[in-house]
Amino acid sequence: MNSTVALLLCGPAALLATAVLAAAVSRHSFATRLVYGAAFVISAVLVVIVAGHLAGNSGEASATLPLGLPWTGARFRLDGLSAFFLLVVNLGGAIASLYGLGYGRHESAPHRVMPFYPAFLAGMNLVVLANDAFSFLLSWEFMSLASWALVMAHHRDEANRRAGYIYLVMASFGTMALLLAFGLLAGPAGTYAFDAMRTAHPGPLAAGAVLVLMLLGAGSKAGLVPLHAWLPLAHPAAPSHVSALMSGIMTKVAIYGFIRVVFDLLGEPAWWSGIAVLLIGGVTAVLGILHALMEKDLKRLLAYSTIENIGVIFTSLGLALAFKANAMPSAAALAFTAALFHVLNHSFFKSLLFFGAGAVLTSTGERDMEKLGSLIHRLPVTSFVFLVGCVSISALPPFNGFASEWLVFQAILRSPELPQWGLKVIVPAVGGMLALAAALAAACFVKAFGITFLGRARSAAVERAHEVDRWSLAAMAVLAAFCLLAGILPGFVIDALSPVTISLIGDRMPVQMAQPWLSIVPIAESRSSYNGLLVFAFIAVSASLAAFFIHRFASHALRRGIAWGCGFADAAPAAQYTAVSFAQPIRRVFGGFAFRARETVDMPAPGSLEPARLKVDMHDVAWEIFYQPITGAIDFATERLNHLQFLTIRRYLTLVFLYLVILLLVLALWP
Amino acid sequence: MNGLTFDIAHLLAGSLVLISFMMLYQDRLFALINVFALHAVMLALSVAWQAYIQDAHHLYITAAIALVFKAIVIPVGLHRIIQRLGIHRDIETAVGIGPTMLAGIGLVTLSVVLMLRVTPEADPLAREDLAFALSIILLGLLVMVTRRNAVSQVVGFMSLENGLVLAATGAKGMPLVVEISVAFSILIAFIVIGVFLFRIRERFDSVDIGALDDYRGERR
Repeated sequence: MNSTVALLLCGPAALLATAVLAAAVSRHSFATRLVYGAAFVISAVLVVIVAGHLAGNSGEASATLPLGLPWTGARFRLDGLSAFFLLVVNLGGAIASLYGLGYGRHESAPHRVMPFYPAFLAGMNLVVLANDAFSFLLSWEFMSLASWALVMAHHRDEANRRAGYIYLVMASFGTMALLLAFGLLAGPAGTYAFDAMRTAHPGPLAAGAVLVLMLLGAGSKAGLVPLHAWLPLAHPAAPSHVSALMSGIMTKVAIYGFIRVVFDLLGEPAWWSGIAVLLIGGVTAVLGILHALMEKDLKRLLAYSTIENIGVIFTSLGLALAFKANAMPSAAALAFTAALFHVLNHSFFKSLLFFGAGAVLTSTGERDMEKLGSLIHRLPVTSFVFLVGCVSISALPPFNGFASEWLVFQAILRSPELPQWGLKVIVPAVGGMLALAAALAAACFVKAFGITFLGRARSAAVERAHEVDRWSLAAMAVLAAFCLLAGILPGFVIDALSPVTISLIGDRMPVQMAQPWLSIVPIAESRSSYNGLLVFAFIAVSASLAAFFIHRFASHALRRGIAWGCGFADAAPAAQYTAVSFAQPIRRVFGGFAFRARETVDMPAPGSLEPARLKVDMHDVAWEIFYQPITGAIDFATERLNHLQFLTIRRYLTLVFLYLVILLLVLALWP
Repeated sequence: MNGLTFDIAHLLAGSLVLISFMMLYQDRLFALINVFALHAVMLALSVAWQAYIQDAHHLYITAAIALVFKAIVIPVGLHRIIQRLGIHRDIETAVGIGPTMLAGIGLVTLSVVLMLRVTPEADPLAREDLAFALSIILLGLLVMVTRRNAVSQVVGFMSLENGLVLAATGAKGMPLVVEISVAFSILIAFIVIGVFLFRIRERFDSVDIGALDDYRGERR
C-alpha cells in the first residue's frame, strides 16, 4: 500500500462521508456552506497532493484494497495519466465548489443537490484512480448515477424528467459497451486487473472490437456524434455548477477511460484504428458546433459546444494513434500533448462559461437568449469574465484555446509524412473540418456573447438583474485567470505533460521552457513557433495605445446630427438581431444536410390583417436515425418482458427449471 | 470393491430414483407424504450402506439424521398440518400424470447421459451415484413444478435435498459438516415454509397458491 495512493483514496472517502452528512443536514440553512466548503477543501487538498506527486516526479504508485472481486481486489494506481486527470477533476471540482458556495444558496431544492454533489466528485476521482476493470466500472456507474440524480434535481419539470430518462438509458448503454470491452481485454482467463491486461495483447480482431466498444462506451459519455443526443438535454438540466462539472469534467473522465484502454491497455495500435477516431472526431466537431449555432438556450448552446470540443480532442487522439502506429513518436507526442492540453483548457473555459450562464440564470431567471440582452450594463464583472471564456473557446490568441488548437493543427500539418495513402487523404480533410469548426465556434460565441450581453434588453427580467455574489465571481475570475495564464505560458503546461506522453507514447515534445522568451516550438524553430506572451503584450500595448489616442486626441466637441438608424427600422428591442436571425445565414448554408432544415412562409390572404409567418423546421438526424429505433426497440422489449413481473410462483419455478434443463441439455449435447 | 457391494449401492440409489418416480403420480397429499417418508428411509439405507463400504463412520450419523428427521418427524408434522388444514382430499396436480412421467423419464435420461459424459475418469460408484443424484434433484424440481399445493411443493423441495445428500455421501471424503448443514437447511426450510403455510391459511383460508394470484388480481 503506497502512502500517496492511500492519501488520495482518503479524498473520495471524505467526499462520500460529506455526501452522507449532506443527506442528514441538507434542510438546514448552514448546509450549503458546510457541504460546498468541505467539497472545496477536499478537492483543493487532492490538487495539492497530486501536484506534489507530479512535481516530485515520483513515478507510479499503486495500492490494493481487499474489496471487490475476491481474486482481484480493488486496485488503485497513480501514474502520469491518472495524475493529470486527477488534477483536472479536482481543480474543476474545487472551483465548482467555490462557485457552489454562492450559487447553492439560490437553489430551490438543495436537499436534492447537496447529497449527490460530493458523491459525484468522489465517483470521478475513483474512476481515474481505478486499476482493475471491476472498480473502474463500479466507479464509472457510480459517477453516472450520481450525475443522473443531479440531473433529476428539478424533477417536477417534464423536460428534465425526459432528459434524465434518456441519460440513464444512454449511461447504461455506455457501461454495457465498456463491460464488453473489458471482457474482451480480460480474455478467456478473466484477468480483470489492468496490470495483467497490459501484458496480454489481444489479436487484431479483438483489438478492433475493443476500439469500437470504447468509442461507443466512452464516446457516449463524452458526447461523440451520433451518441451525443442525451448530452444537450442532460447537462443543462442540472444546476449550473453541476452542468459545469458534467460538461467540463465528466466528459474528460470519459476521455480518460478511452485513453487508458486504447493507448495503455490495448498495446500497439493498428494504423487503421486512427482513421475511425479521426473521422468521428471531425464529424463530431462540425456537427456539435452547428447545433450550438442553431441554439437559443444559453446552457444548451454551451452543451453543444462541449460536443465540438470533444470532437477536437478525439481528432487529436486519432492523430496520435495514427502516428504511434507508424512509429513516428515525436509527431504522436505532439498530437497527444495537444489533446491533453485541450482537455485541460476545455475544462477551464467550459466551466467558466457555465458559471457565467448560471450567474445570468440567477440574476434574470432566463436561459433563453431571446429574452436577454444588454446585460453588460447590469452584470459588468460577469460579462467580462464570460467574454474571456468566449474568446478562449473561440481559440483566439492570447488565450489558452488558441494554444491547444494551434498544436492540433501543427500535428495535422505533419500528416504528409504518414506512409498510408488513406491517412494522407483523410487527415487533411479532417483538418479542414476542424478549421471549419473553429470558425463556426467563433461565430457561435460572438452570438452567445452578443445576444446575451450586448444590444438592448429584450425582456423586463433583464432590468431587474444585478451582479451575483462574491463566491461565484471569485470562481469565475480564477478560471478566467487560468485561461489567460495557460494561454501566455503554454510551454509550462506542455513540459508538465511530458511524463504522460513518455509513458504512453514513448516520446515527448521538445523542452519548451528552454526556449527563449517563453516561445513554444512544437517541432522545430524553422517550421513554426508561437509566443503567447508576445501576442498578449502586443494586444495589451496596442489596445492601450489606441484607447489613449482616442481619448486624448479625439474631438470632445458635442455633435448633433440625424440619428443613424443602425439598421433599426423600429425602435423596439424586438427589432434587434436575435439568436435565430444571427445564425440564419449559416443555417441556410449547412442546415439542409445537417438538420434537414426547411423554411416555410405563411403568407396571409390578400386583405387579411394577420402577420406573415416564417417557420423553420429542423431535425436532429442522429436522433431520428439512431435514438428513435433504439428507444422503440427497448420499449417494445420491456413491454413484452413486463409480463414476467406477474407470474405465479409455480410459473417462476417452471422457468428456472426449464432453464436448468436447457443448460444441462446444452452440456450433454455439446460436441 | 467387489461386485456385491457395488450392486447393493447401485440398487439402493436406483430405488431412490424409482421412489422419486412414485412421487410424480401421487395425487393425494397423504400418499405423497408416505412416499416421501419411504424416500427418506431409502436414503437412510443408502447412506448407511455407503458408510459401511467406505468405512466412514460419520456417515452413520447422516443416515440417522435422514431416518429420524426426514422419514419420521417431518412426515408426521406434515400429516398434522394437512389434517389441521383439512385439505387431505384435495387432488392437486397441475399437469397430467402421463406427461409428467414422460418428462421424468426424459430427465433421468438426460442426467445419466450428462454424468457419464462429464465424469469419464471418476470412480464408477461415484459416477453412478452422481447420475442418480442428479436424476433425483431434477425429479424433485419436477414435483415442485407440477404441483399446485404449497405442501407438495415442500415435499418436492425436500426430495430434491435428498438427492443432494446422496451426491454428497457418494463422493468419498466429503466432511460431515456438509451433511449436517444440508440436513439443517432442510429442517429450517421446513419450519419457514410451515410458518408460511399458516400465514397463507390465516389470510386466505386456503393453501392453494392460486389464492395468492387471486389476491393479486390475476388469472392463470
